[in-house]
Amino acid sequence: MLTRRIIACLDVRDGRVVKGVQFVDLIDAGDPAELAHRHAQEGADEIVLLDITATHEGRKTLLETVRRTAKSLFVPFTVGGGIRTAEDAAAVFDAGADKVSINSAALADPDLIGQIGASFGAQAVIVAIDARRDHNSPDPVRNARVFTHGGRKDTGRTAVEWAREAESRGAGEILLTSMDSDGTRAGFDCELTAAVSSAVRIPVIASGGAGTVAHFADVFDAGHADAALAASIFHFGVSSARSLKQELAQLGIPVRLPC
Amino acid sequence: MTTPVAVIDYKAGNLTSVVKSLRHLGAEVTVTDSPEPLATAERIILPGVGHFAATRRLDETGLTPAIRAAIERGVPFLGICVGMQWLYAGSTEAPDQPGLGYLSETIERFPEGSEKVPHVGWNQIDASPKSRLLAGVESGEFAYFTHSWRAPITAATAATTNYIQPFASVVEDRNVFGVQFHPEKSGETGLKILKNFLELRPC
Repeated sequence: MLTRRIIACLDVRDGRVVKGVQFVDLIDAGDPAELAHRHAQEGADEIVLLDITATHEGRKTLLETVRRTAKSLFVPFTVGGGIRTAEDAAAVFDAGADKVSINSAALADPDLIGQIGASFGAQAVIVAIDARRDHNSPDPVRNARVFTHGGRKDTGRTAVEWAREAESRGAGEILLTSMDSDGTRAGFDCELTAAVSSAVRIPVIASGGAGTVAHFADVFDAGHADAALAASIFHFGVSSARSLKQELAQLGIPVRLPC
Repeated sequence: MTTPVAVIDYKAGNLTSVVKSLRHLGAEVTVTDSPEPLATAERIILPGVGHFAATRRLDETGLTPAIRAAIERGVPFLGICVGMQWLYAGSTEAPDQPGLGYLSETIERFPEGSEKVPHVGWNQIDASPKSRLLAGVESGEFAYFTHSWRAPITAATAATTNYIQPFASVVEDRNVFGVQFHPEKSGETGLKILKNFLELRPC
């Protein structure tokens, strides 16, 4: 049976893992390569490394971090953050990534999705969408809007419509972050996830708000998520992928249990 | 002792992960985009992601006859993902592009229905106990898949996987092997399968 994926996300700045709480208040949480391996050992189905470094110097550090992390990582490995061109993507693949996650660059130039896909395959292109419910709309969920620049810039597009376009342009997966839930540990936005997941045929990875095992069960059931991503829950020993999956299995969610 | 293995580069996708995992297992990897090194290759791996049409390059560069000749000599061959699909007569993904035709069937897309296509993620393989490639792999172990087209179950099927319907996730015929999933991304199970390929004796 195809299992629901648990994806461990490492937010990295200047070569160190940090975790933003609603995109601010960064706390140092360790070495990316070490944490990636620990998560994979504990049963994380995939690793995502999101680079939140803004500087040019930091980009070079990132490629080295990717290379070091990928060296003995044998589960799918995604790298995102700051990938603006097909050349940026190629450099990250060359360093050992299996997939790239693109966000604002895809909004600015949607052709980028197809360009990367043409060289590396659609399965290697994840379009990341940061969305926030639109409370001025009669349907705040279906009209949830896409934001960039850490939530400061409203693109004027809805998450559902942009996810559909990304799919039609050849995205392999959608990584949907609820900016309302992110960092709260109060649960995923299941309604938003369900709205996007039912609008596309490609997998949707839910992100933002993981705090308890029940939150994951909810986003797989009510949210129709194909995968769920969490960062802070796995750091600082809060919960391991292993214990999370064992509890999910008891709740009847199909997961790959680590040996 | 290191095992020499030729990995074919036909400019479709990323070879980094495959090469990295083979080197991790101690293989001596030669990446080639030309047929010449295949004349003396002891093992051959054809990776592949993306579109079946990309295999056209194998025909254009003379790799197809070189692979066919190597298989006839009994050289162990492993196709991964599209590399497995290429062993068949062809695929409805690119009807004008023939496969190797080592296996006579045609690759078809998953039927549309309530389940999503592509099939992406970790799914179980139900392995034949007779398989040499899957020695030590138990039924129910997980592998990482990402594909929309799949192979039918035939006499050459060494493992099946169920998504929408059962399909052939591993094929094995003498020294020719194919895996629909990505062993280089399938954790310990995948490494075990690659190690088996590197160590098996040609029959």
